[in-house]
Amino acid sequence: MLLIHCPYCEEDRSELEFRWAGEAHIARPENIAAISDEEFAEFFFLRNNEKGLTYERWRHIHGCGRFFNAARDTVSDRFLLTYKAGLPKQPVPVAEKFAAIAEEKSVETWEQTEGDAR
Amino acid sequence: MSASSNSGSFRIKGAGRHTPARTARFTFDGKSYTALEGDTVASALLAHGVHLIGRSFKYHRPRGILTAGPEEPNALLDVSRDAARRQPNVRATVQEVFDGAKIASQNRWPSLKYDIGAFNDALSPFFAAGFYYKTFMWPREAWHKIYEPIIRRAAGLGVAPTEDDPDHYASRYLHCDVLIAGAGVAGLTAALSAAVTGKKIVLVDEQPEVGGALHYDASTVIDGQNGYDWAQATAAKLRAMPNVTVLTRTTVFGYYNHGFLGLVERVTDHVAKPSKDAPRERLWQVRTKKVILATGSIERHMVFANNDRPGIMLASAARSFLNHHGVAIGHNVGVYTAHDSAYEAAFDLKRAGVSIAAIVDTRDKPGEAVLAEARTLGIDVLTGHAVVDTSGRHRINSMTVARSGNFDRRKIKVDALIVSAGWTPSVHLFSQSRGKLKFDEANQRFVPDVYAQNAVSVGACNGTDDLAELIDEAIMAGGGRLALSGENRFDWTGGMVGAGEGAGPDHAVKAFVDFQHDVTAKDIRLAVREGMHSIEHIKRFTTNGMASDQGKLSNMHGLAIASEMLGRPIPQVGLTTFRAPYTPVTYGTLVAHSRGDLFDPARKTPMHALEEAEGAAFEDVGNWKRAWYFPRRGEDMATAVNRECKTVRDVAGVFDASTLGKIEVVGPDAAQFLNLLYTNAWDTLKPGKCRYGIMTREDGFIYDDGVVGRLAEDRFHVTTTTGGAPRVLNHMEDYLQTEFPHLKVWLTSTTEQWAVIAVQGPKAREIIEPFVEGQDLSNEAFPHMSVAECTVMGVPARLFRVSFTGEVGYEINVPADFGASVWKAVWERAEGMGACLYGTETMHILRAEKGYIIVGQDTDGTVTPDDAGYGWAVSKKKTDFVGIRGLKRPDLVREGRKQLVGLLTKDPKEVLEEGGQIVVDPNQPKPMTMLGHVTSSYWSEHLGRSIAIALVAGGRSRMGETLHVPMADKTIAVEVTDMVFVDKEGGRING
Amino acid sequence: MAETATRSLPLSGIHGGSATVRLEPAAPATRIALRVAMEDVGTLSGALGVDLPVRPKTSAFANGRTALWLGPDEWLVIDEGESGLMTAAANSGATHSAADVSHRNTAILVSGPGAADAINAGCSQDLSLEAFPVGACSRTLFGKAEIVLLRTAEDAFRVEVWRSFSDYAFGLLAEGARDAAL
Repeated sequence: MLLIHCPYCEEDRSELEFRWAGEAHIARPENIAAISDEEFAEFFFLRNNEKGLTYERWRHIHGCGRFFNAARDTVSDRFLLTYKAGLPKQPVPVAEKFAAIAEEKSVETWEQTEGDAR
Repeated sequence: MSASSNSGSFRIKGAGRHTPARTARFTFDGKSYTALEGDTVASALLAHGVHLIGRSFKYHRPRGILTAGPEEPNALLDVSRDAARRQPNVRATVQEVFDGAKIASQNRWPSLKYDIGAFNDALSPFFAAGFYYKTFMWPREAWHKIYEPIIRRAAGLGVAPTEDDPDHYASRYLHCDVLIAGAGVAGLTAALSAAVTGKKIVLVDEQPEVGGALHYDASTVIDGQNGYDWAQATAAKLRAMPNVTVLTRTTVFGYYNHGFLGLVERVTDHVAKPSKDAPRERLWQVRTKKVILATGSIERHMVFANNDRPGIMLASAARSFLNHHGVAIGHNVGVYTAHDSAYEAAFDLKRAGVSIAAIVDTRDKPGEAVLAEARTLGIDVLTGHAVVDTSGRHRINSMTVARSGNFDRRKIKVDALIVSAGWTPSVHLFSQSRGKLKFDEANQRFVPDVYAQNAVSVGACNGTDDLAELIDEAIMAGGGRLALSGENRFDWTGGMVGAGEGAGPDHAVKAFVDFQHDVTAKDIRLAVREGMHSIEHIKRFTTNGMASDQGKLSNMHGLAIASEMLGRPIPQVGLTTFRAPYTPVTYGTLVAHSRGDLFDPARKTPMHALEEAEGAAFEDVGNWKRAWYFPRRGEDMATAVNRECKTVRDVAGVFDASTLGKIEVVGPDAAQFLNLLYTNAWDTLKPGKCRYGIMTREDGFIYDDGVVGRLAEDRFHVTTTTGGAPRVLNHMEDYLQTEFPHLKVWLTSTTEQWAVIAVQGPKAREIIEPFVEGQDLSNEAFPHMSVAECTVMGVPARLFRVSFTGEVGYEINVPADFGASVWKAVWERAEGMGACLYGTETMHILRAEKGYIIVGQDTDGTVTPDDAGYGWAVSKKKTDFVGIRGLKRPDLVREGRKQLVGLLTKDPKEVLEEGGQIVVDPNQPKPMTMLGHVTSSYWSEHLGRSIAIALVAGGRSRMGETLHVPMADKTIAVEVTDMVFVDKEGGRING
Repeated sequence: MAETATRSLPLSGIHGGSATVRLEPAAPATRIALRVAMEDVGTLSGALGVDLPVRPKTSAFANGRTALWLGPDEWLVIDEGESGLMTAAANSGATHSAADVSHRNTAILVSGPGAADAINAGCSQDLSLEAFPVGACSRTLFGKAEIVLLRTAEDAFRVEVWRSFSDYAFGLLAEGARDAAL
């Protein structure tokens, strides 16, 4: 059960109160009616699904109701940063980044534990 | 040695911590025994000399008690209070005896001593590892008929109770600064140290009393006090502190993300007559800032031939039974060890009057201190020796001893054998927290290395053996200042992993590694020979460590044997991942309060009770209970629904529409926002008017629909489908907050603010007229698709003139608490005029007769507004709305897409099945080319025939065409029509 | 002909609790869901006669009205009388959204030394006085129901819940109350 810092409530709350809302910083094109099929596919269908540091949206749906952005390490599940919706992509502080890297090394990944079995 | 009272002839006077006068009666396999309060089932049975406890899983071999704690793989029993309160697979070493307990052995028939399944043992050459995978492969047909039923009958230990669990279970969330798992010397010291800092501390231990290893280790002295007494005094001190919670009989079973831990507290399992209010178990969901792991270590058994006979147990277990429970495990006990700790067990037993047949030590040089003590006590020590076999049918009666590398064997008579291969740090929780382990080569053990969370390991689970060092480590971990001294008599050395003498690759003996799953050293070698080179494969092939004890004793041995076979060092072979739960957790605890009425909220409308009184049958729509139909005396569902349909069309019907989602959209930019969220245009809608709206997602497919009423320039009353309400609001909020935050508009869910009474039918106006004040209901003043704020029965109401039946229709919205009262009055009048109550089934039919779609039934997430025949609802003038681009995608505008059309069966009595596939030529070869499927199909009493709606490729260009719906036993011919079956001109709605 | 409609309350006649927790349905109240941008908070506060709190998880009480911070532009305003909250808000002259939710919500009063433990049977928030002092409020989950929790005294809470979830919430509170008394 993750613990998530809501940038509006300014408090850590249980994952129970939140809902994940997909990759962050994908702006809906202003001229959406005019974009090409490729641009539409890029905007609507294609996601990076990155391993490691990813920026994603969450909604504090059973709390303040706000959508916000989070930088999370998908390997360790650590939240490195959360910030309000509408702000540009925030850099992850260096200290957090180091901690994340150390953690990544310490965390058992599927590849490490089961990958060999495959 | 002298026997005490009737609590068992193996009780040792003066030994143990139980009070002889406090007894409890229990039965084991029907025979009655007396125990002492505080006994586990294991100690109570051992006190009576009972060692044969059960039969093993695969070979049905006689088995006894191997440990004295939660790691027990062998002694699994069925414990019951009464018929419903019965629990299989209970560890005899954990379950405390309570007065009246009925305990039974498992996995045997007809009796524990004479078990037919033991035949498996004789057939064991056929049951080697991988047997199931290889044997039941073919013939294929035999799987369902023969193999699976047989395997299912033979599989599993114990029998699950068939009755509902009459107990209740509680759950509680708890927050703290420091959670300490384990209350042995290390945990208690860490807790003391942390407690003085004033932080909020939770100390957890799985045993009834704190103390951990001090339960058996009688020689340790802390702060000048006997260790166990110090532990109890310390716990009392901690309990008295306001910032400390001490939970005993509580297991930390899972260490999850971000300081979240799952605990199970056993509240009543040890109580003879539990209070009705007490839960059987309590689930604690803890969020802590820091975890101190003080989980200790678990002793390993020795792997040698026939090492599983009853009477063979871990040395520390024998010490627990003696020093804590006051029970001798035999009169003449043998010792087989690779570690000094077993010597201390032998010393304790010897001092209590038990003879020690011999200490057999695989090592040439055991610790000098223990050797000296053994000499003093007159105990024979055979160094450089091994136990290579045992005998005794239902209990060990001798051990066969050989000098290492020598063929000379001799039998030594024993009635019990204690074993120790050393100690395995309990790193389960650390590993669950995603910490990374390292291999301690010198001591052949895995210890915590890199932490993934804010945690620290102290004591034996950290590989810290020295008591003084352990205390320092624990004080440091707690973060406080503390002076504490500790002494123990011996420093322990030694330990081994893997198979012992006589159980090596060249010996075809049964040397058990995993007792619960009957995995032998031979099985693990076989797995390697068969090509399993990853520990994960070896585990699955042999099922080593996959039983409910999760290999607490077996994993390291299994790993060592595999490592030897593979010729690769242990850390390269790797350890399988520890996963929660640490020990089995009952479903009852995980479910906790979520049972019966509390399983899921049952949402009821304000009129629910009145509908119930009218005999309504209800259906679940999401969490809502909706009136489905209202059968009268003697009516079945079809008769009731036919009557309701006919009555609504002929007279009128009253329907509870309260569950429809309602969203209040308020603000100066409300119309602009709705323009962006719906395909329709909203700025042209005048206050006092309604419009049917369709919402698409960005991909252009229909997401939801509903009527939207404009109450004022800046206020809309939006309705959604019943099931769609929460996700539509979420979808709208998403766009509002993140894509269109510049718009001045806000959304509020008002679903439950309003009770909605729909009155539909030719007499609808006449029915509601007397109740409505402040609104002229005439067609001119209040035509179809109007909305007004008015007064109904003296309360402020929102009145909609809308129809989902094709008849004249009104939806009266009154504040929810007035719903029942208004419903009652309206229904009373309606009933007098010959109208009926109708439910969702009739609603579905009446709307289908008019070709109104239901999102999620007639659409499935791949249907555009145009596919559904609602192209008119997509504004051509707007430059933007969610879905505008998606709708232009090539596949969404191509010819031949599936479109919603009506279907009429050639035989009017034939009602199609929803989901039925549609083809052009029923005689084409299979697989047939399918054009689409039936989405809605009903008997229309009004038309006296069946009707259906279907998604058909190129549907609208097939009007009048005959298509076919192949069914299992026949093919049904249908004609394609438009979707409006009743009142095609639409005059009735305006009547 | 039209008689006047009478009011039937959810939870009417329900009772529960334990030796350490008292559970009772709250009296009917007037409520609005209020949405207003930061720049107009002062105006609405004036119109309503209660200062809308702007710090997360806080509430304010004045003139018989309680304003609960639910989100950065969202408040639940409760008046235990039959006052015209909607009219007062409408008369403010500022841009806002007020929706009458008097009947959408109902409330359960939880009090006694075991109150926090009873709520923690289904609520994952830290209800210690340090983390959730008197006056603190939050929208959160209670089991499978969304609630708005307000601490009215050291050992008293008000649980606001949508009416169709109120039986469930009361039932779960009763379970929590029973366990909190042990």
